Amino acid sequence: MSFEVSRRHFMRMAGTGVAGSALGAFGFTEAEAKTAAHVRSFKLAKATETRNTCPYCAVGCGVVLYSRGDVKKGERAEIFHVDGDPDNPINRGTLCAKGAGLLDVVNSPTRTKYPQVREPGSDKWTRISWDEALDRIARLMKDDRDKNFIATNKDGLPVNRWTTTGFLAASATTNETAFLTYKVVRSSGMVVFDNQARVCHGPSVASLAPSFGRGAMTNSLTDIKNTDLAIIMGGNAAEAHVVAMSGVMEAKAKRGAKLIVVDPRFTRSAAVADLYAPIRQGTDIAFLLGVINYCISNSKVQFEYVQAFTNAAYIVKEGYGFNDGLFTGYDEAKRDYDRSTWNYEMGEDGFAKTDESLQNPRCVWNLLKEHVKIYTPEFVSRICGTPQDKYLKVCEMIAETSAPDKAMTSMYALGWTHHSKGSQNIRCMAMLQLILGNIGLRGGGVNALRGHSNIQGLTDLGLMSNLIPGYLQLATDKDPDFATYIGKRAFKPERPNQMSYWQNYKKFFINFQKAMWGDAATAENDWGYHLLPKLDVPAYDIIRAFELMSQGKINGYICQGFNPLLSAPNRGKVQKGLSKLKFLVSMDPLQTETARFWENHGEYNPVKPEEIQTTVFELPTTCFAEDEGSLSNSGRWIQWHWAGGTPPGEAKRDAWIMAQLHNRLKALYAKEGGAYPDAIMNLTWPYADPDEPAPLELAREINGYVLADVPDPADPAKLLLQKGKRVTNFAALRDDGTTACGCWIYSGCYNESGNNMARRDTTDPDNTGAYLKWAFAWPANRRILYNRASANLEGKAWDPKRKLIEWDGTKWSGYDVPDIAPTAKPDQVGPFIMNPEGVGRLWVRGLMKDGPFPSHYEPFESPVANLVAPKIRGNPVSRVFKSDLESLGTAEEFPYAATSYRVAEHFHFWSKHGPINAALQPEFFVEISEELAKEKNIEKGGWVRVWSKRGSVRAKALVTKRIKPLLVDGKPVHVVGIPLNWGFTGAAKKGFGPNSLTYAIGDANIETPEFKAFLVNVEPINPPVA
Amino acid sequence: MTTFQPLDVIRVSATPDKADAEPNRDAEIVKLIDVSNCTGCKACQAACLDWNDKRPAVGEHVGIFENPLDLGPDMFTVVRFAEWDNPKTGNFEWLIRKSGCMHCEDPGCLKACPAPGAIVQYANGIVNYIQDNCIGCGYCVKGCPFNVPRVSKTEQVAYKCTLCSDKVAMGQQPSCAKVCPTNAIVFGPKAQMLAYAETRIANLKSRGFEHAGLYNPQGVGGTHVIYVLQHADQPELYSGLPANPAIDPLVQAWKGTGKYVGMAAVGLAVVTGAIHHLVFGANRVSGEDEEEACKLVEEKRV
Repeated sequence: MSFEVSRRHFMRMAGTGVAGSALGAFGFTEAEAKTAAHVRSFKLAKATETRNTCPYCAVGCGVVLYSRGDVKKGERAEIFHVDGDPDNPINRGTLCAKGAGLLDVVNSPTRTKYPQVREPGSDKWTRISWDEALDRIARLMKDDRDKNFIATNKDGLPVNRWTTTGFLAASATTNETAFLTYKVVRSSGMVVFDNQARVCHGPSVASLAPSFGRGAMTNSLTDIKNTDLAIIMGGNAAEAHVVAMSGVMEAKAKRGAKLIVVDPRFTRSAAVADLYAPIRQGTDIAFLLGVINYCISNSKVQFEYVQAFTNAAYIVKEGYGFNDGLFTGYDEAKRDYDRSTWNYEMGEDGFAKTDESLQNPRCVWNLLKEHVKIYTPEFVSRICGTPQDKYLKVCEMIAETSAPDKAMTSMYALGWTHHSKGSQNIRCMAMLQLILGNIGLRGGGVNALRGHSNIQGLTDLGLMSNLIPGYLQLATDKDPDFATYIGKRAFKPERPNQMSYWQNYKKFFINFQKAMWGDAATAENDWGYHLLPKLDVPAYDIIRAFELMSQGKINGYICQGFNPLLSAPNRGKVQKGLSKLKFLVSMDPLQTETARFWENHGEYNPVKPEEIQTTVFELPTTCFAEDEGSLSNSGRWIQWHWAGGTPPGEAKRDAWIMAQLHNRLKALYAKEGGAYPDAIMNLTWPYADPDEPAPLELAREINGYVLADVPDPADPAKLLLQKGKRVTNFAALRDDGTTACGCWIYSGCYNESGNNMARRDTTDPDNTGAYLKWAFAWPANRRILYNRASANLEGKAWDPKRKLIEWDGTKWSGYDVPDIAPTAKPDQVGPFIMNPEGVGRLWVRGLMKDGPFPSHYEPFESPVANLVAPKIRGNPVSRVFKSDLESLGTAEEFPYAATSYRVAEHFHFWSKHGPINAALQPEFFVEISEELAKEKNIEKGGWVRVWSKRGSVRAKALVTKRIKPLLVDGKPVHVVGIPLNWGFTGAAKKGFGPNSLTYAIGDANIETPEFKAFLVNVEPINPPVA
Repeated sequence: MTTFQPLDVIRVSATPDKADAEPNRDAEIVKLIDVSNCTGCKACQAACLDWNDKRPAVGEHVGIFENPLDLGPDMFTVVRFAEWDNPKTGNFEWLIRKSGCMHCEDPGCLKACPAPGAIVQYANGIVNYIQDNCIGCGYCVKGCPFNVPRVSKTEQVAYKCTLCSDKVAMGQQPSCAKVCPTNAIVFGPKAQMLAYAETRIANLKSRGFEHAGLYNPQGVGGTHVIYVLQHADQPELYSGLPANPAIDPLVQAWKGTGKYVGMAAVGLAVVTGAIHHLVFGANRVSGEDEEEACKLVEEKRV
């Protein structure tokens, strides 16, 4: 700015000032008017307000979209402000930095606007019409399907699977879109089908379900405020689930609650903790088994709860044992266990044997005591690097919550899941919370903080290789017929009087089949059992998919709101895999790196386009703000939202795109015939506009509806169920084909009383945090799972101040919907109704691949050997592909223990497309301790190279006191922190991500990659030449 | 019906103070920043940018968590992160403080400002810059004991936090307070906020922070943005929060003289000239002054 202009400005001001001066001396009337007029005009006046839900993490904050123009009136609507919804009980008007920056992502210059194609070998995009794009994709899909479809396996069993084209489902689309996506993908026979949960919270399902019966967060986000002690371990809520911290802070302020944070780094969560304890990444099992050992040794156990509500008294079969880090039945060649001895002694009455006195040495309680006894504070400290004094303080604080009137809440996320034993990390906390009596209580629970706005919903709706909506499972080649398939899954009670709710498996499966195939699913054809594909492997998960791709065994891949180039492990392998595809489709509201994997971005994507023969389609989709439907938050609340803006350019809803693909495939099969068209041709399609199924039409299918009149058995003149009506809830479903229901656990979300997901009544009697009239929660609107466990065997609350539901002599009632049959007698029916035992499992029998108890294993790349069993590398039963085994480095070459994570300013690779969030954390960096910086001569803010056996990245160094070297078995271990929020598209500076360095080995149970522990080396480098 | 009463003006830069009626201070408001509840998520920064339609340039990472690196004409608040090994407890503490305008009761910027009507103070305590009246001289920066205002190089006018006076006028709270998910920023009537601060201090003391206390510095007559600090005895720990902020004596002197000159009912331009004459000599705002002001701003920005 030149001086001249500024002086002119000054003179102008001086001139106008003269006129006003005379009045100035007599008072401020004039000046007041003038300055009042200078208060910026309120910019929201006359705006249209639309309620929506934040599309980022799964806390599920309500947002209000402010637009000029109203979508509902058919007008063009431009969103110009996004704010927190003050009515939403979760966020009460607040947001985090990501949510507060949403406007810039909605209006990002790097939104996708038009369909485009990148032809083989080309270095540019060509804009094409929707018709051309969809016709070409459908053609490619059909050709591949017809060529490679496997109708029968070698034994002649119909398996109807298609393994050469894969689909990665979104994590932020609505449940309604997700269900339609499921229908379209599964009816094609596709099994290479996964969603973000695979690289996210898969282990939560694989551990919480075997422990408690359901694989979901036990409590709700609005319940955290009821806790006495929050432990954030295996997560960093203040960074990745910021608004979940509101409950912690409220509990601290109003209840005097404490917060413990256990993390390799002193995190933003630790900043507000009462106690921070460092831990080496990948050693959580040792840490927590040590806490269990401490509680048992010091009699800090809620014994009454343990005896009544866990399998502590169950007697384990002879033969089961644990030695040198391995359980009975290990087969090293197969990297698997024979799990036949991992079960209870069964009595002749068909029930499991128990010893209520807990004296039997083979009862679970005594096996547990024996199993954890090596984990003394000294030993834990040697493994974890946690100073003993800090560790004992943690133990003491946790142990206090064994009192019946105290509760601890565990808040975790990917710090536990991203390990080759991720499921067992979570298992430890499940066990600990059971012995402390903290499950089913207000302020208690094992709270899996899911990381994407609808990752819970996508998983509930079964968009994974091996799932059917509602946690039913796809059949395998070992289930040749319907009876075998059902027989393995419809568990009978294993103790007297128990509900064993999976007894209803068959009913739920039939209802799903009716929702999929209507009249084509009949009692005569076993409800269309063979219309679904069968699996020959446990799952075609994302790691397997990229392995197959790199071997040239997958030809087509469709990424719906998924960016695997940055979110799948070992980027080099991903790049290689994508380059071998015949075609790749990206459906996304943003320009992803994956869609541009063929484009040269210098060192950030050093590829040669001419060498890549993959045809790539980029299809522009709407974002959350332009779509209507429901999202399931981490606490299982299914919240409806409305569209507030007009999509940019030619962007279309995912549901429209999926419908187009299906309709085109169907037309091609009608015209040309081809491989097994039955499942595609018979798929139900009951939509007013077949080209664009409406959200409520899909919600109806998910909720369930009546196919034929059912007379009332009590009064044949009346109808129990009337054809065409929506069912009230899953209790109304029938196994005779008269009802259909797409996802049984969601049943009740949109029944005849209306769209319960859209409810906005904030009533909350006595401020318990239940909010039963806000939205809908699965199952059956229950807000705290296993809430019957909040009361003792007389049915009275363990803690009268923490009452949730109670037994009044005839029925259960209270603040929450009872998670038990309303008339189930408290001294007879256990609270864990999904488990055939009716109790929570301290020992999970053969339900987990890597052991009925957790055991400490090091990460596959670890700076030290396993102190429990030095010969074992990683999890002994994790699946390891040869190429991945060869890609592992050693501590000699790569001495530093690296870990990866999100930062508070960004959501994955999305928020970097918005200028606000790009400004708040603009550039990729790595975090190291002052000690390591000194040792390696690295300056604060200087450039470093970080490399592993698999790749190398360049970054700025953040040198901090928040990371300190850990003393592990007498030697120092340095931690290197690598955040993941940058790439080569968007508004932020171009950067790398940790997946350039990580390996593609995952959790033994569910193949979630070990992103949180790997080895690297670090060195200072010169700044890049500008 | 919205009224603008809370915004009744009680002081205007380079203009005589109102001599007659006592201003009605019933509507006095305070923004309380409870650093012990702050996780440094930067939601306040994002909400501030969104509400004020500001977009700072995408900067670079220089080895710290702060970004943008400093307050600016496009960034009215910056969350600052201080790393501290507490020698008493042996524990590391991450002291995170949202920085920005303190809305002083006795605003140094307003006193230093030579441009009539460029800086005003409302009865509710908000100190606002009226950019239309601003000459971009940068004296407000010199006058501010907290180093807050920033002059835009392109527009040549000064900017800082408005405490969302536009929202407050509508009976709403500032964007940063509304968005804050952890109750680290709360907003309300002054008496209510002071009482709430006491409960927070008691809570911190119960957790062993024996020096927990309020930061409401009297050197500037108290502020309308106050802090609850775990270590109120050492405010400097929080990225250099001054222990005893006070208006530069030079500015005080100037304002004292200016006041009387201002009472003479002469043209405002003349008043301005006179103040300049008295305080800085005979020059009008010259190229040199301008440069100096810019330099001053630049220096402070580092």
